[in-house]
Amino acid sequence: MGKTLYQKIWDAHVVREGKNDATIIYVDRHLLHEVTSPQAFEGLRLKQRKVRHPKRTCATMDHNVPTNAKDLSFADEISRIQMEALERNCKEFGVKLLDFMHPDQGVVHIVGPELGFTLPGMVIVCGDSHTATHGAFGSLAFGIGTSEVEHVLATQTLQQNLSKTMLIKINGTLSKDITPKDLILYIIGQIGTDGATGYVIEYAGDAIKGLSMEGRMTICNMTIEAGGRAGMIAPDDVTFEYLNGKDFAPKGEDWDKAVKWWQTLESDADAKFDKVIEIDASKIAPQVTWGTSPEQVAGVDEDVPDPSGFKDSVKSEAAKKALAYMDLKPGTPIQSIKIDTVFIGSCTNGRIEDLRAAATIAKGNKVSENVRALVVPGSGRVKRQAEKEGLDVIFKQAGFEWREPGCSMCLAMNEDKLSEGERCASTSNRNFEGRQGKGGRTHLVGPEMAALAAIKGHISDIRDF
Amino acid sequence: MEPITIHSGIVASIDRANIDTDAIIPKQFLKKVERTGFGKHLFHDWRYLDDAGTKENLDFILNKDAYRKATILLARDNFGCGSSREHAPWALSDFGFKVIIAPSFADIFYNNCLRNGILLVKLSQEQVDELFRFALGNDNAKITADLPNQEVNTSDGKKYSFEIDPFAKDCLIKGLDSIGWTQQFIDLIENYEDKLSEERAWI
Repeated sequence: MGKTLYQKIWDAHVVREGKNDATIIYVDRHLLHEVTSPQAFEGLRLKQRKVRHPKRTCATMDHNVPTNAKDLSFADEISRIQMEALERNCKEFGVKLLDFMHPDQGVVHIVGPELGFTLPGMVIVCGDSHTATHGAFGSLAFGIGTSEVEHVLATQTLQQNLSKTMLIKINGTLSKDITPKDLILYIIGQIGTDGATGYVIEYAGDAIKGLSMEGRMTICNMTIEAGGRAGMIAPDDVTFEYLNGKDFAPKGEDWDKAVKWWQTLESDADAKFDKVIEIDASKIAPQVTWGTSPEQVAGVDEDVPDPSGFKDSVKSEAAKKALAYMDLKPGTPIQSIKIDTVFIGSCTNGRIEDLRAAATIAKGNKVSENVRALVVPGSGRVKRQAEKEGLDVIFKQAGFEWREPGCSMCLAMNEDKLSEGERCASTSNRNFEGRQGKGGRTHLVGPEMAALAAIKGHISDIRDF
Repeated sequence: MEPITIHSGIVASIDRANIDTDAIIPKQFLKKVERTGFGKHLFHDWRYLDDAGTKENLDFILNKDAYRKATILLARDNFGCGSSREHAPWALSDFGFKVIIAPSFADIFYNNCLRNGILLVKLSQEQVDELFRFALGNDNAKITADLPNQEVNTSDGKKYSFEIDPFAKDCLIKGLDSIGWTQQFIDLIENYEDKLSEERAWI
């Protein structure tokens, strides 16, 4: 029987096969940020342990950096302490750090790929659930907790059990104006927020092959929102072209050798998956979440659903609570939902293609009165590229704020947050209660839909634009 | 890590599916550089009426006198979903929770609890429904979780068996240092790294 992509990468990384205990797998790349690493370094210090492979480790500051200026005085004191702790830890343990003032600083899942630190066939981990993003390169990438961060720092390995495998095959092509964000929100709506718990997902099919690396990253990024351990896409020429020449990508003979191996990284035709789901891409409309879980999502042309119509009593109860929190009534047309704030950015949609897409909508238009709209590039490189293309000018002329790189309002650890009752169209990944600020209400959308909501002042259908 | 074998305690229930780690410990409390002191912020936005956490929401179960010392938590599907923050188990543990019972748990959260000596018990939807009725109908509802025998017993005499990975069970019972365990295989890690530098030198 053939092997899945996941199995191939797994096999290439087994250090020790478990015997009624744990299998140990090797970790090729370990990414760090300021929030989930300080306790791990402290643990090393207490036990007098070292970082086994500082060169296979890279850190950046993203979660609580200020984005209104490259000026730490805008950060609150405890954020500053956390950033200083990362700086101290990286120095002490010899880990490369893109600190706050580094020109390439940015969101960890945007920085890794653009530096070529992320490569196909690797096992990549980070103390962050959106590590799944890196699976877009055909790597096995997943989020871990701080104790596991410490484990990887000390041993460059992890104790893992083999996950089940799920193939999500997207047949057909996406209609015009339908983005990777719509596709992944639609998938989560179909399989549920725990639909992939215990599984590693491989995304395949024509609609996936047709996506750029940026689009593939958006898909894999939100795998965790369906409960999946990791999401992955087999590497191909699109992947190799993206990586060729990147800072940490192999060069010369090494590159040729690497590509030769990477080309074998696809699921064999006779590989068996534990679960197969087929999706018809042509059916998908622009997606908008109406609740407080990413699975509570609908097409923009639909109405807010009636919880009493849900068959599952737990889901019905959850929908009732969500609508109360979101202050929405069943039957309300989604397009009539008024917006106070728009956030364009995050590890889901903070890459250059996302900003280009949003800018095409912003160009020549004006942000609606009473709407505050933020564009937060995912990294220093994304920001510089956007400015080279004049996107910053387009956004600013339209009335959007043009910010410095960081996680910003995706999780509201810095000053960028919603106030009680404020309603936001956001390109981020989580619409949980309070995620963007206590009492804040989040509608997850793609970048064009977010820009359009900013201009119209309410959720609107991009297909009518 | 503190070992856990048999634990008896008061059970508090939260009747919600998909309780995410943002709800367990909101982001504003992730800025500490220590592992301790997160218990007072557990479920902050549900537990308190103000940002400072001085005004308790008396409707929230952990603010009711009978549940202030609860050590067992009962919840619905997909508990611990979302962010990988280990601050969530740190907060649960610091508050005093030793055991969480639900029909399913998110993957990363499950591993994080394992590393912090919190026993996660997975029971069927129907069994969890029964336990909800038991917990809500009785202010003195007590549960005993018996890890060696893989059983949950209620103070009204009901018994539920649960499955757990044998190695996870062993780690919890012994309170194993996971890094120490892996380091006994250091020669295998070295062998792997030698092979890696030959086969995939670009790593």
